[in-house]
Amino acid sequence: MEIWRLPISASQRGKLISAGYTSLSSLSSISSSDLARELKVSETEAMDILKVALHSRGAQTSNASCSIVEGAQSAWDMLHDEESLMHITTSSADLDSILGGGIHCKEVTEIGGVPGIGKTQLGIQIAVNVQIPHDFGGLGGKAIYIDTEGSFMVERAFQIAEACIEDMSEYNRFLRKDFQECKINMKPEDILENIFYFRICSYTEQIALINYLDKFISEHKDVKLVVVDSVTFHFRQDFDDMALRTRVLTGMALKLMNLAKKFSLAVVLLNQATIKHTEGSFQLALALGDSWSHTCTNRIVLYWNGNERYAYIDKSPSLRSASAAYSVTVRGIRNSSSSCKRIKMM
Amino acid sequence: MANKLISEIPLPKSIANVFAARNISTAKEALSLTEFELMELLDVGLTEVRSALSQISEIVAPPYQTALSLMEQRFQKEHLGGHFPTGLKGLDAALCGGIPFGVLTELVGPAGIGKTQLCLKLSLLASLPTNYGGLDGRVIYIDVESKFSSRRLLEIGLRSFPEIFQMKAMAQEMAGRILVLRPTSLSEFTQSLEQIKVSLLQNQVKMLVIDSMAALVSGEHEQGIRRQQTLSWHISFIKSLAEFSRIPVVVTNQVRSHNHDDASRYSFQVQSRDVTMEIPMRYDSHLIAALGIHWAHAVTTRLVLEAKSGQRFIKVAKSPISPPLAFPFHITSSGISLLSDYGMELMGPEINAIHCQGHNEIINFGMEGLQ
Repeated sequence: MEIWRLPISASQRGKLISAGYTSLSSLSSISSSDLARELKVSETEAMDILKVALHSRGAQTSNASCSIVEGAQSAWDMLHDEESLMHITTSSADLDSILGGGIHCKEVTEIGGVPGIGKTQLGIQIAVNVQIPHDFGGLGGKAIYIDTEGSFMVERAFQIAEACIEDMSEYNRFLRKDFQECKINMKPEDILENIFYFRICSYTEQIALINYLDKFISEHKDVKLVVVDSVTFHFRQDFDDMALRTRVLTGMALKLMNLAKKFSLAVVLLNQATIKHTEGSFQLALALGDSWSHTCTNRIVLYWNGNERYAYIDKSPSLRSASAAYSVTVRGIRNSSSSCKRIKMM
Repeated sequence: MANKLISEIPLPKSIANVFAARNISTAKEALSLTEFELMELLDVGLTEVRSALSQISEIVAPPYQTALSLMEQRFQKEHLGGHFPTGLKGLDAALCGGIPFGVLTELVGPAGIGKTQLCLKLSLLASLPTNYGGLDGRVIYIDVESKFSSRRLLEIGLRSFPEIFQMKAMAQEMAGRILVLRPTSLSEFTQSLEQIKVSLLQNQVKMLVIDSMAALVSGEHEQGIRRQQTLSWHISFIKSLAEFSRIPVVVTNQVRSHNHDDASRYSFQVQSRDVTMEIPMRYDSHLIAALGIHWAHAVTTRLVLEAKSGQRFIKVAKSPISPPLAFPFHITSSGISLLSDYGMELMGPEINAIHCQGHNEIINFGMEGLQ
């Protein structure tokens, strides 16, 4: 049950949503004094809101699971959370369909591929798409773009933002079924303003920034996406001690997962390809080693197949292994234009 | 920022003392350890470690900028929004103005195709005043294979900009802005790079050309891991140099022939269950760019120069802003010029292929054409 169905006043609902509480589970483990402080309401009011929330969830079930293990949530309750999971579209319907709607919030997704396949393009597209307003089925959130290699080009982001707004106007016009100029009040500059850009020059800065993100996102609660482009670059050199590198990377991955869960946002990590020597032959694999490949929740590999770009779901707890074609156009990531599009299920 | 001293960060005295006592003096050292390692090392509780780490992180983390302010800043302060026009109109249009500042642009192609010619032309252009389309500054040209020819440079200048180069004083001024370095070994190159980084801004250096990167590395080490590691440091250094000085950096690369253990023939190692994953990546050409996949990731823009059926092409193989276009070009006495400003769009990985067909005829033909 979402907040908007609760029998509370509209202003209370508004305060809850703007403070970042969009689901009932987020209210289950907070005390009334904390809630009062966050919402800037009186304690009695906060207690009332909590009572209503608890009542709506079915006090018995929530009490039962909480009493067995502190902080546990039953699988049934989690099912509701999973179903109401938000996605960020990639602007390619084929890609969205194999992803189950788009890039999942509350999860860490790793996307990797050979140079020139479109990783940064996908990163910029998602950073624009997370800002699509609720009316158009988007999250209406802001994005954090962490650039470790200098591959972010503002002109390209502007192009993609422009195309996204045009698509929204087109959709608007189609919905309304009249041919009037349906103006959307968004300009590409507005979209660019909602992308927080950080430039990282060393792995120390990368670690520091990821530590700092907790505080930053608490101050900017409408951030719904963190893109790290690329997570690999600074870790491929200057590390003589591989064990240290593994520990640092794992620590970083855990922090990112915590961020994703805590603030219900999507984390997208872009990775590079490297050559690996396995069983006597050379193969391409994603960089950072085997232990890193365990840390991310979802893993998507981008590759060339003939003349087309394909994305393959390499690892996901909830999605089937499948591949889909996509293309990089002047408007951003779109469906592949070939007539026989293939979504191969494995 | 990474080497910030712990003593300069406002931490509570007790924890600052413990850090000092355990010889952790820089932020880098503190952040490289996990929370538990720090707890053990400093013998303090988790909450204290966490709060110390969050304070250190907040200081070391770089400030943010919205993408909008980034764009405004670039368009206000930099020449053409951070692009250096090459004078090849079709290419400049595709690249949204020209070679981007602050990142690496690679020119790769077989021997004799025109990479050095293009480098000479770009160096010349960069030294010109802004009303002629230049950057009005110095150029550092690192010439590893001793291919730099000042005579050729001045010839290009004379043919392309006669009004400047006919006057001897002006020609001297322009040519005087191009500083040529000839390192004979990788270590010399490394030293020069470090010197360059220091003196870049104060000496009005507006462009760096390295011709060629591959030659530096190939002379030194064996293939494989050791070369990867040496190269890693240089890649990182040159990138950071480009980044902080916001100048265009052009690097040339060689090609080598295909052999059995080559990246282009590899397939991705994916967690295939019962089905073997067939992801073939085949390139028809016999040549691939040298320096490996790590280098290929590090360059932002890759321009491939190749010869196909007796015609030379310059292709935008990797670019965050341009579609995969190929432009036919030829080399004349005034440098490189495009035969058509409308590029052919190439599909698929074909854009990355490097052809060398009919090249020998071009070399012999070209020599006459240059007279």
